[in-house]
Amino acid sequence: MKLTREQVARIAELAHLDLSAAEADSLARQLGDILGYIEKLNQLDTSATEPLAQVLARNADPAASLRADDPVPQGTAAKIFPIAPDAVQPYFRVPKVVDKGE
Amino acid sequence: MSDAIHSIVDSADGRNITALRQAIARRQVSAREVAESCFRRIEQRNPSLNVFLALCRERAFAQADKVDAMAARGEALPPLAGAPVAIKDVLSTAGTVTTCSSRILENYVPPYDATAVARLEAAGAVILGKTNCDEFAMGSSNENSAYGPVRNPVAPDRVPGGSSGGSAAAVADGMALLALGSDSGGSIRQPGALCGVPALMPTYGRVSRYGLIAFASSLDRIGPFTRSVADAAAVLRVIAGRDPLDATSASVPVPDYAADLAKPIEGMRIGIPKEYFGEGCQPGVRQRVEAAIAQLESLGARRVELTMPHTEYAIATYYIIATAEASSNLARFDGIRYGPRENGGGAGDRGLAAMYRQTRGRRFGPEVKRRIMLGTYALSSGYYEAYYLKAQKARTLIAGDFASGFEQVDAIVTPTSPVTAFRLGERTADPLQMYLADIFTVTGSLAGVTGISIPCGKDGEGLPVGLQIFGPHFGESNVLRLAHAFERHLQGNHDQY
Repeated sequence: MKLTREQVARIAELAHLDLSAAEADSLARQLGDILGYIEKLNQLDTSATEPLAQVLARNADPAASLRADDPVPQGTAAKIFPIAPDAVQPYFRVPKVVDKGE
Repeated sequence: MSDAIHSIVDSADGRNITALRQAIARRQVSAREVAESCFRRIEQRNPSLNVFLALCRERAFAQADKVDAMAARGEALPPLAGAPVAIKDVLSTAGTVTTCSSRILENYVPPYDATAVARLEAAGAVILGKTNCDEFAMGSSNENSAYGPVRNPVAPDRVPGGSSGGSAAAVADGMALLALGSDSGGSIRQPGALCGVPALMPTYGRVSRYGLIAFASSLDRIGPFTRSVADAAAVLRVIAGRDPLDATSASVPVPDYAADLAKPIEGMRIGIPKEYFGEGCQPGVRQRVEAAIAQLESLGARRVELTMPHTEYAIATYYIIATAEASSNLARFDGIRYGPRENGGGAGDRGLAAMYRQTRGRRFGPEVKRRIMLGTYALSSGYYEAYYLKAQKARTLIAGDFASGFEQVDAIVTPTSPVTAFRLGERTADPLQMYLADIFTVTGSLAGVTGISIPCGKDGEGLPVGLQIFGPHFGESNVLRLAHAFERHLQGNHDQY
């Protein structure tokens, strides 16, 4: 099993990843191999099985798992902006999103 | 560590952390001397082993001096006082660069500490620095680090295992007395096995993950590497417990693990699942693990044969769930809030989306891209049910194997890794082959149970073999008790192994 070049390009687009032609070629083969192996799961009859999304043990008190929604000032903003690649407090600056057609 | 410190820590009954604290309290050695000795060891050994990515000397000495001042005043010292610790570079450390071994975070200095790091320090531990690992904890050999592989201190032409290879190597080589790692599919236990040190994966929810840079949120755990099981018990006691900053941390009481160690293991039932002893497990590994099981029996444990029929589906299940979660978690690395930004496209390729693609495409390494791609595919429209939902159902069956096993036994005993430390470069060509090496560890990750790897001797080439002991959710006390009993036996009978 091997993914097509179009499939790889589509996934890369969804994942926001630039890939070189060589990377795309090897990923087509490697992902194909891995997905081929994963086909193994089809041997399992799961028609009567519920999916398991998280394993937090039942004996962990669920009532305690969420704290009260009380805002607490963290004071981290002043530390966060200096480590951003391009920030003008209180904003992060990003490349142009909307093309005004100038 | 220097010989003087070795003679203190490798004293009675494996309680090295306690012995060090007492020596500091009695002013036989100072916490500063201990930290200095670790930094000297790191200076000597790091150029060849590549274990540490960053050191935090100022922070370490400030903490050591604080402990020494307490000792000078005759105050009672906290449980981990003066214990030098290495932190895997996926755990946030305020003021010290935290890269996840990735170029996408090469300059990231977190504004806060992970809860586990803060709790260690509050208990008197001395944070030395950050250890190398596979990029974003994705790998089983430490060869996926953007900053070069770690070498196994036991055999420097071999890998230390992964992804927490640097943390395992730091403890194995005496650069630190203990280390923190993270484990999503075996990333604490497997490098512990390959480097020959105890390595504990606590139950899902046992240790707060606040400040752990997430890989796969339904799987990630934080746990210690130590020189002994008793030390692991001491560290777990400090880092375990509810944290309001992590909604997945459980409010289950934290027992006094160290006190429970002394209880006899007589009559404890250990389950031996036949699926973990088939072909694919190196004969040298199987031999040592079977000898260890026989030894546990001679110490009074009762052997129960188990079957865990869904074991063979665990790798396929894990590599869908883990990559799906990773593709979501790693979406946050987009060149906006932290890390460097790449925006060097042509005239028609300069918008926001191009910046995302370029930053991520140039700064993530090959294994991280592979997993993001696989996870994105598994979650994409038209494939979600066939892959992600199917894997979640298979996960139910794998967790069910453990649940029914623990109805019959107190612990499940297996090899940690089917192989001992392999040579650098030996397995990098085929990612699927590398994934298959995780077969004995991913099962427990998917089930959310606790597991420890402890050394159980060497194979024919003199390489360490790991014995894995699984316990049920929040069953760390029993797991540590069995591991401690075996370790003490091994210490007394070195020549037989």
